Amino acid sequence: MRRRRAQGPRRPPWTGPLGLFHAGSSWLHRVGPGPKVAGLGVLGIAVVALTGVVTTLALALVTVATAVSARLPLRSTTRAVLPVLLTAATVGAYQVWQRGPAVGLEVGLDLVTLVLAATVVTATTRADELLDALVRGLGPLRRVGLRPEVLAMAIGLMLRAVPGLLQTATEVREAARARGLERDPRATLAPAAVRAVARARSTGEALAARGVGD
Amino acid sequence: MIELEQAGVTAYAPAQPEERGSGGHEQVVTLLHPTTCTLAERRIAVIGANGSGKSTLARLINGLALPSSGRVLVDGADTATDGAAVRRRVGFVFTDPDAQLVMPTPVEDVALSLRRLGLDRAARTARARQVLARFGLAERAELPVSALSGGQKQLLALAGVLATEPAVLVCDEPTTLLDLRWRRVVDDLLDGLPQQVLLVTHDLEAAARADRVLVVDQAQVVHDGDPEQAVALYRDLMASGATTG
Amino acid sequence: MSAVPDEGTTPEPARPVLAARSATADLALVSTFAAFIAVCAILPAIVLPGMAVPITLQTFGVMLAGLVLGPRRGTLAVLLYLAVGLAGLPIFAGGTGGLAVLGKPSLGYLLAFPLAAALAGYVMTRLSSVRRSLLPLGAFAAATLASLLLIHPLGISVMGARLGLSPAEAITAGATFLPGDVIKNALAAVVATAVFRAFPDLLRARR
Repeated sequence: MRRRRAQGPRRPPWTGPLGLFHAGSSWLHRVGPGPKVAGLGVLGIAVVALTGVVTTLALALVTVATAVSARLPLRSTTRAVLPVLLTAATVGAYQVWQRGPAVGLEVGLDLVTLVLAATVVTATTRADELLDALVRGLGPLRRVGLRPEVLAMAIGLMLRAVPGLLQTATEVREAARARGLERDPRATLAPAAVRAVARARSTGEALAARGVGD
Repeated sequence: MIELEQAGVTAYAPAQPEERGSGGHEQVVTLLHPTTCTLAERRIAVIGANGSGKSTLARLINGLALPSSGRVLVDGADTATDGAAVRRRVGFVFTDPDAQLVMPTPVEDVALSLRRLGLDRAARTARARQVLARFGLAERAELPVSALSGGQKQLLALAGVLATEPAVLVCDEPTTLLDLRWRRVVDDLLDGLPQQVLLVTHDLEAAARADRVLVVDQAQVVHDGDPEQAVALYRDLMASGATTG
Repeated sequence: MSAVPDEGTTPEPARPVLAARSATADLALVSTFAAFIAVCAILPAIVLPGMAVPITLQTFGVMLAGLVLGPRRGTLAVLLYLAVGLAGLPIFAGGTGGLAVLGKPSLGYLLAFPLAAALAGYVMTRLSSVRRSLLPLGAFAAATLASLLLIHPLGISVMGARLGLSPAEAITAGATFLPGDVIKNALAAVVATAVFRAFPDLLRARR
């Protein structure tokens, strides 16, 4: 994995270099994306399949311990989990009132456990490594005609298009504001969509000109 | 060598709003009347008004536009039936580098061009870095393309096309969107290339430096040959206001 | 070629742009629309007069992809968007992203997106030869069908299951999104019509 990191191009998108990834050197940072996603899947099944207060608490504790061992910055992790904490508290309280404390605890904790675990996986895995793993994982689909390298190219094209489309959206909004039409979606969304199609057209043309479709 | 044999291009124009119902027919317009010529000079310029058909002429040469009548050959390969071979020989540079650059970072974009050489990913990336270094873009290899200046983007677009060393380079107004400083950088770069270059341009100074100049007006080649006469004719056309666009 | 019924007998002049119908053109449309959905989702939400909840445009982008690109390319665009978002780029509504959405009660809505784009795109394709003046209505019907048959049922079921709610409770909670969705679908229909007007061939050559 370290070898690939050295040769693969970094892919800085528009917000921070690598999505919601936080650089670090914990054991979780070193585990490959495949095992981490698989682990998350197992946890997800366990949370849904196993019921009872004791297992719910145990799974939550294991997840919190894992999160702590990843040594992620407390602030951004809290910010990522906070909305779901509020949902969990609201729904948990509602369930305690409607169906008793056991159900309330389980519903609330399960929610937090899964979201926290997934947040930890995302924060310890570079987005481009995860996408590389996805492209590799789809390799067997070559037999049914889906070529993984086309997916890899589509990901690149999409990431390239986002900053341009964001700028278009801003320009279109400013143009609409200049004409006093910023509340009219026909003056904002429609031109943005038309320009997105135009952009796709010229991108398709550029790909053809560069022999990508040959 | 580029050969056009009675190559003409027609297209549908979008129907007028009132005709656009279930019974409306679209109009067929001529983008380029059948044209015959053999282009073998090292530096060829194409000038003409906006909408005159000069971009269509340029697009014919790497198969980006296909002739509706006649045919176009590049070193014997037909653009309609052997497009892949044609595009291996002919590189194309667009006016707007934002349209041309399709990948998020310079190194990925150049590596995309190198795919056709059959290298693996690591070799492509290494080769792309070499190409970027040659064009003075080594330090920007991993920045987002959207963070480059317009001139840097056009330089990168040229790097991406030249990375595969095509025999012919077709440039569709490559300097129109650039400031004077970058215009000179791109002009000098094009002048110094060993390849055959077909340059579509509004820059009459650049056109005057070519070996041969084609003037396109109202979908027709109205002059073909001496640069000085071509530029004089083009000035007359512009002054008389009798042109399209 | 909706305008010419007997295609076989009329000789067609070649279209000048080879790229408009090729695989590279489809690849570019799919990835650009995936990016467009991302931009819709991360732009600040629109506050409409008279509505309590500000609406984000994520579902709008999904519906537009289906309507404009058709079922196959539209679904691929939504799947690409979801894959890149799940990989950790903050392109889901409200600037969130990553695998955490898999654990949230709103997961069902996200899972319904590709299916909704497919259905809206399919219905739109069937309606592509209606009179031009009825296109916005057809597009609105296609989008509304997709949200009523797929997005809300799937979204509400998953939310109910994750939160341990009874069907009645889940439907009550999910119904708060309905008025916003009507507006978003109307917007998608208006915008899709504008796109078809600018690029008539998108309505003709559908897959």
